[in-house]
Amino acid sequence: MGHLTYLALLAGCLVVTAPLELVLRVRVYARWRRLLLAVLPEFVVFVVWVLYAIAQGHWDYSDELTLGLRLPGGIPVEEVLFFLVVPLCSVLALEAVRRVTGWDAGYPAEEAGR
Amino acid sequence: MSYSTLAVVAVVGVLVVDLAVYRTRMVTRKVFWAAYAIIVVFQLLMNGVLTGLDVVTYDPGAIWGTRIAYAPVEDLLFGFAMVTLTLASWAAVNRRANTARRRGLDTDTRPSSTR
Repeated sequence: MGHLTYLALLAGCLVVTAPLELVLRVRVYARWRRLLLAVLPEFVVFVVWVLYAIAQGHWDYSDELTLGLRLPGGIPVEEVLFFLVVPLCSVLALEAVRRVTGWDAGYPAEEAGR
Repeated sequence: MSYSTLAVVAVVGVLVVDLAVYRTRMVTRKVFWAAYAIIVVFQLLMNGVLTGLDVVTYDPGAIWGTRIAYAPVEDLLFGFAMVTLTLASWAAVNRRANTARRRGLDTDTRPSSTR
């Protein structure tokens, strides 16, 4: 898969979790403003972490298995997308478990139709 | 700070945020751990591919050296911190939004202007 390897993995995450929204109707994409707000702290903290890790040489990315597009600080575009895609999938998983089990998550369930 | 140290600090940090800052208490809830169990399987899978194919490579000096499915164990702490921060924030955002909406919907008169 070459340069598309990392990007394809991220796309795979979105494809695998899509039925949770489409079939189980967990309404996570539907609440995209709340989703963006909820992802913001994670996104800031972890992108800063990665920038530090790259600067310190803790880890590095293959230029052959990524698009090769690096943003300022040397962070690949895919890595930035990772911190949006994985949280989105995690929220979908949480809402799916809640929908199926009915277990309390500490906040009111989304009323249908809104 | 090494990756190992940062990973431990991150886990402690998100526990403080979840339990004391947001007070969402996600790590005390069954629904969180059931979801996390599913997420961690996919994390090991995806991380295994990323590290197994060498999409990401690590400086041996920055990690403990123990690996699970090709990835350093620190990645599990990294992933836990990332997922927990996200889900606690999601709970906090929804709690606030639903409470605000309910307060608005449930009152016939206009909301009090005293606060």
